[in-house]
Formats: sequence, C-alpha cells, structure tokens
Amino acid sequence: MASTPSKGLRTARPRQTSSAIGRALQHGDIPYKVIVILASLSVLGLMIGVGVMLWIASGVTRDSGGLGFIAATDWNPVSGVFGALPFIAGTLSTSLIALVVAVPFGLGVAIFLAELCPARLRAPLGFMVELLAAIPSVVYGAWGIFVFIPSVVQPVGNFLMNTFGDSSRGFFIPLFEGPFFGASFLAAGLILAVMILPTITAISRDVLLAVPRAQREGAYGIGSTQWETIWQVVLPYALSGILGAVILGLGRALGETMAVTMVIGNVSQLSTSLLSPGYTMASVIANEWGESRTPAYSSALIEIGLLLFVMSLFLNLLARLLVWSVSRRNPDQRA
Amino acid sequence: MTEQKALNLTVTGAKSAPAPAGAPKMKTDGLSIYYGAFRAVAEVSMPVPDRKITAIIGPSGCGKSTLIRSLNRMNDLVSGSHIDGKVTLDGEDLYGPGVDVVDVRRRIGMVFQRPNPFPKSIYDNVAFGPRLYGRVPKAELDDIVERSLSRAALWDEVKDKLKQSGMALSGGQQQRLCIARAIAVEPEVILMDEPCSALDPVATIKIEELMQELKKDYAIVIVTHNMQQAARVSDFTAMMMMRPDRAGEMIELSDTQMIFTKPKDKRTEDYVSGRFG
Amino acid sequence: MSTETASVTTSPRDRMRVRRVKTSVARERARRFVNAGMLGLTGLATLIALTPLVWIIVEVITRGAPALTLDFLTQTFKPTSLGGGGIWHSIVGTLILITIASAISIPIGILAAFYVVQHPNTTLGLAVRFGTDVLSGLPSIVVGLFVYTLLVAGRSYTAISGAVALAIMMAPIVLRTTEEMLKLVPRSMREASLGLGAPEWKTSFSIMLPAAITGVVTGLMLAIARVSGETAPLLFTAQGSNVLSTSLDHPIASLALTLYKYAVDPDKVRNSQAWAIALIILFIVFSLNIGARFIASRRAK
Repeated sequence: MASTPSKGLRTARPRQTSSAIGRALQHGDIPYKVIVILASLSVLGLMIGVGVMLWIASGVTRDSGGLGFIAATDWNPVSGVFGALPFIAGTLSTSLIALVVAVPFGLGVAIFLAELCPARLRAPLGFMVELLAAIPSVVYGAWGIFVFIPSVVQPVGNFLMNTFGDSSRGFFIPLFEGPFFGASFLAAGLILAVMILPTITAISRDVLLAVPRAQREGAYGIGSTQWETIWQVVLPYALSGILGAVILGLGRALGETMAVTMVIGNVSQLSTSLLSPGYTMASVIANEWGESRTPAYSSALIEIGLLLFVMSLFLNLLARLLVWSVSRRNPDQRA
Repeated sequence: MTEQKALNLTVTGAKSAPAPAGAPKMKTDGLSIYYGAFRAVAEVSMPVPDRKITAIIGPSGCGKSTLIRSLNRMNDLVSGSHIDGKVTLDGEDLYGPGVDVVDVRRRIGMVFQRPNPFPKSIYDNVAFGPRLYGRVPKAELDDIVERSLSRAALWDEVKDKLKQSGMALSGGQQQRLCIARAIAVEPEVILMDEPCSALDPVATIKIEELMQELKKDYAIVIVTHNMQQAARVSDFTAMMMMRPDRAGEMIELSDTQMIFTKPKDKRTEDYVSGRFG
Repeated sequence: MSTETASVTTSPRDRMRVRRVKTSVARERARRFVNAGMLGLTGLATLIALTPLVWIIVEVITRGAPALTLDFLTQTFKPTSLGGGGIWHSIVGTLILITIASAISIPIGILAAFYVVQHPNTTLGLAVRFGTDVLSGLPSIVVGLFVYTLLVAGRSYTAISGAVALAIMMAPIVLRTTEEMLKLVPRSMREASLGLGAPEWKTSFSIMLPAAITGVVTGLMLAIARVSGETAPLLFTAQGSNVLSTSLDHPIASLALTLYKYAVDPDKVRNSQAWAIALIILFIVFSLNIGARFIASRRAK
C-alpha cells in the first residue's frame, strides 16, 4: 500500500532515496504500518488473552476439582468447598425469567417500530429504547432496590406465593413457594428483562426492516390482514435473525452483574423457588470478591468467570451467525 | 355512477353476479394518484372488461405500475399516497368509506414483477390464502391446492414435490406458483405488474399461454414494457405517457389491434413504431 | 385430478375452477378483530417497555436532586455523623479513569480502524472485526477479572488497572464507529492524496481522519457514556476509595463504585447520596448519548 512515486518523471522535487525501503521509511509509511498492525493485533490479543489468563488464574480450582466443580452443589469457602452449581442454576433461571418477559415485549415493540409506527415517530421511539440500554447497570440496581422491588416485585411475588405457593392448597407450584422478602430470583429476572429488552428490540427491528417488501406484498395481495402478514410471513422470514437477537439478549442477561447483585439477595443455596434469594455466577464473583482471602477462593471465583466467558463467547458467535444469515440468505436452504 | 353501495362481504362460494353485458368489471373514473404532493398519475378513466386482457403500456416512469397498484389499493402501503377520483369493481367504489381493503385485495389478486413465493413449501404457498379464512378440511384444501396449481399450469411439474420449498423452483415456476397462490382465493380480477420481466423467453411464453387460459374466467390487467407481449396477449391496450409535470396520463385506450395498427394519437404511433417496427 | 370431492362441477373447464373457500361473517369479523387486537397490543407493549425509562428518570431526579448540593460536589468523604461529606474524590477519580482510558483506547481504536478499512478482506482484517464483536459482547465483569489477573494479582489495586479495564470496553466502540465513518469517506479522496505522492500515514491522518472526525467523536462520546457508569470491572481493579487520590498506582474512587457502595449501605443518608450520584451519572450518560445523536443527525443532513 506504500505510495509509489513514479521514477521516470522528472520533477523539481528533491532527490529521492534509491531503495524502496529507504523511501518508505523516509515517508514514514513503514512505522505507520507497524503501528497500525500492532493496534490491530492488540485487539486480537485481548480476545485471546482474556481466555488464556482466566484459564491460568483458575488453575488451582481446576487441578483440585476438575469438571466436578460445575456439578457440585456445595459452596463453603471457609472449609474450602467450592461447587458452582447453585450459581449456574441462578444464572440460568434469572436469564430464563428475563427471556420469558422480554421476548414477547421486545418483539412487540420491534413490530410496532418496524411495521406500524408512523415514520416520524420511528426515530425518536427507537432512540428512547436505546436510552433504556444506556442506563448503567448500577443505576438499574439502585432503582431495583428502592423502587422496583417494593412497588412491582413485592405485589407480584406475594400474589404468586399466596395463589400457587401454599403446599397445603390445591394448585401448588414449587416455583412460587415462600418465604418471600423481595430480593429474589424473580426480582433479578424482571430487572434483567428490562435491561435486555433494548437489545432484543433493536436487532429484531432491524431484521424486520430487512424483510423484502415483495414478501409483504405477496401476503397483502391475496387479502391478508396486516397482522396475518406480519405473523405468517414477515416473522417466519425473519425468524433466524430474531433468534439471533434473543440469543444476544440472553448473552447480556448472563453477564449482567451490578443490577443483579443488588436485587438477588446473595445467598448461596440451590432452591426450586423463584421467590427465594440466591446468586448468579456474575453476582457471586462481584459480591464475594472482597472476601476471597485464599488462593483457592479467588481461583474458584475466577473459574466461574472463565465459565461466563466461554458461555458468552459461544452465545455471541451463535447470535452473529444467525443475524448474518438473514442478510445473506440462501433461498434453497429454507424449508 | 349515481349511487354508491358499500362493498359487502362475499360470504359464500358463489361468484358475484356477472355484470350486465357491456358493463366493465372494473372502472377508474378521473383517477389521480398522489405520493404526498407529487401527482404520479393524472385523471385516468379506464374500463376493465370482464374475461378480457387489458394491457397497459408506455415508457418507463409513466405511472403504469402506480396505476395498476391502485386498482387493488396496494398503494395504501406507501405512506403519504392518496387518490382522487374513483375506482369501482362491479360498480362498488373501492375507495369508498367503510370499504375493507383486505376484502378488496382478496377479490382483486395480484402477481408481481419478481416472483415472490414465501419461504414455505409449495403446498403451503398455495394454501396460504384459503387458510386465512378458517380451518379448511384437509381434503378440501388438497383439492384447492391441486386445482390452483393445475390452473396455473404447474401441477404436473410439482405434484411429486409439494413439500419442497417454493423458493427452490425455477424463476418461471416460481411466478406460476405465485399465480396459483393468487387464484387459490378465487379472485375476480387478476392484476399482473410486469409478470415476465424477470423471466427467460421460454418461461415467458408459458405465462402468456396461461394468461389466455385464465382470461376465460377472470378479468386480467397486465402492465408490460414489452410491446410484443402486449400485442400477443391482450384484447385491449392502454397507452400511458408522462406529461411535462411528470404525472402519467393515459393518452389512448382501444382495441389492441387498433393501437398497434392505426393509433389515433401521434405519440402512440411514435412509441409503438419506434419500438415495435 | 381429485374430482370426487367436487360436487356440482360438470364441464372440463369447470372442473378446473377453484372453488372459493367458504368463509363466514363471524370468521371475517374474527380476522379483523385479531388484526386490530394484536396491532394494538404491540403499541401497548411499546408503551409498557418505555415506562421504566420514564420511571427511572423521574425517580432519580426526585430522589437525587435534594441531596445534590454544592457541598456534596466539592467535599470528600466524611462519616455520616459529620454530615456524610461529598463525592469530590469520586468525581476526580472518574475523570482520571476516563481520561486515561480514553488516552489508551482512542489511538488503538482509530489505528485498528484504519487497518480494518484498508485491508477489509485480509485474515487479520477479518480477525480484528471478529475480535471487536467478541470484545464488545464480553460481560464487563469478565473484563475486570482479566485485568485483575494481568495487572493486579500479586500486586495491589491501582487506578491504572481500572483505566485499562475501561479502555478494553471503550476500544471496540471507538473502533466500530470510526470504521463505519472511514468507510463513508470517498475512495477518490484517498486516491487523490496518494496520487499526489502523499505517504500513506499522512493520507490517513490529514485526509481520512478529518473527513471522518464526526464519527470518531460520536464513537468516543458513546464509549465514554458506556463506561462512565461501569462498576463491575472496577471492583477488581480500581477498587474504590474514600480518600481523594490522584496517584495512578493506588486505589481510586469512581462515581459508579461509590454509588454502588452507598446504595447497598443500610444508612439512609448514604442511600439519598446514592440517588444524587445516580442523577449525576444519568445526566452524563444521557447528555453524551443525545449529543452523539445530535452530531450524527447533523452530519446526515
């Protein structure tokens, strides 16, 4: 890419160094190139470095427990017992609650923005959804503790507990067994739902807008209503992209730390009830880090971080593949 | 045009009563079409006779597509579009108050410039329309699919692979699939917006033969930029031109024979001879 | 052809006719009802989804404004028995962290963006794009742990390690937006410069970068907005502090860390101070987002 001044032309310019390398050096292009490549490599190095460093730093735990770490249910740092299952379960259950709530809402908003909303309102409403994503996790957490839990989670949780959570009554569902004090998987899941909704909405909206107009016209042209067109033609066409959006949302839910730490109660226990307090993988790291005085303790927390890294890496890859497949779809692959 | 009936839902299987002899199936009256403040089509009055093929020709940008897309209110999808004048089907004003646009499009089917099958199976593509009207018994739906595909001259080619994706067919087959999809809801009029412009000559001939079959039952309107095609397939031909203010107007409409042999308008003659001779 | 099911058909051509599926007034009504209902629900979903935004803004303002006094901004930490003090140390800390993080991430982001734009289809170019995607999707707590293992473990919590953690989160954002803007610079502009014999680096910095500068600025604003409320990665790096410190090799306070500490504090005074900090952070984040959007929309015109 070095510029190549033509040798043959005689100009009034100062004489140039004879060798190409000398010339490039003189112009500063070689150093420039080296620096640019170094910067690029540093981005790559970071990605690889994260995995490698966490792998090394969690060596103590891996050597002592191996994969049993993931399945062990006991977490007792004082006696040096480290099992991550309660946290994995907590991460999965809160993320699941978040998805169950955020997917229908997020999709509804995406449909509204892409298909229904007057063109003039589309940009401002889309921006408001973006702002929702811009609110820092720790602010969500504070809002969760002081506002959201008392005014939303408490009534909803109490209702669920009183209706389904009494084992002596007819329709008992262990998911909603008491006692319930507010801080809980439910609280964390609902906050997460608010936090991942912008991700799901923004990407789904873009995917919906990318569905060819001809598909919509085909449906309208034989007398479909707008909803029939959206539900039976546009959504199926965009399905893999929307799935990608949902997975990216899931990725965000898995790694979300501060808001969850502030509303989940921080108790290491394996519970079947969504109304009981608990931990997620991210929140146990954040909350117990300050107390981890022994190498085994830190190493166990770092291994949880490594798991988190692997999970989010995998989900990100999957999601990007899916979103990408909508934009350049091979017609023959569709069933 | 003295009284204006509300468009009532056609509830049962019967086709609406045939229009009295001589009365056109559809009609536009002083129809102007706007996109915002821009007038794209100016004061077109055009009859669409039943069981005949009416072709709309003219240079590109003259509003042919805009005109045909207003006949089943497809332009409603473009925000800011609106019309002046009237479009009637069997005397009923399609743009009148209380008219259900979904019903309009069911009664007036459309085939588009590029084949646009849904990424579903061939069977599901054809069954899409009928299924909108409720749970259809399997046997009846099978029958509809078979008839529609036969009607669209596609049945023999696909009868063994109805479960395959409609998008796996060739371009010409896809377009015939789209025609089958359109007639599966038994429309009264079929609009075709340059249906062959994306197809090869062999596929084009197939579609043209098919149109001759279909006109025995339907009123057909076709927009084409290909004058040979208009001359080959149509019974009536309408010539459109762009006015200096960039609005399209219809300068001549008559027997296809007349248009191509003895055009009344000088511009038609220039256009037809320049491209046709 | 399965004519058995056809009842009244006679002539061959009639057999070909497609019979209309029977519909009913009730069915048609139901279709319209479902249509209106579901479309209405998407509007309702939008309304509900935006409720938390308004709700949070209102709560943060009403609860945060009363505690937001001049003393609060200019004093450092004091026990609540002495009035609770202020957050000057946290403001200074956040400024230092963001300044250093910007100083690290801007050059890396811009330089790597140059590479990606000029070599889009080389192995390294594709790998960097992929790496950017991965980095921007990493949970911030993982970034914090990584920097801990790299810079803190065996030593001590430092301001500089906190800044590095934030820089890792900013770099992908700066890179991506710069890349998008550089792609919009006409090829001819670059070729004209190279054609005049200007060296590559000079072309990049004096022709390409100025042409793409609004994109770089909006990217930087969004990146700062993203990290100014970041808390999790700082727990393992900058750690937080109650004293005013400008030293890079000591723990340092940040607004977000202080907000976290005060929000989970049982003391009511601390809680209301937490709301005041939330108000400050939200103000910064929203101003940067709105500003970035304003700049972007002005450029689009």
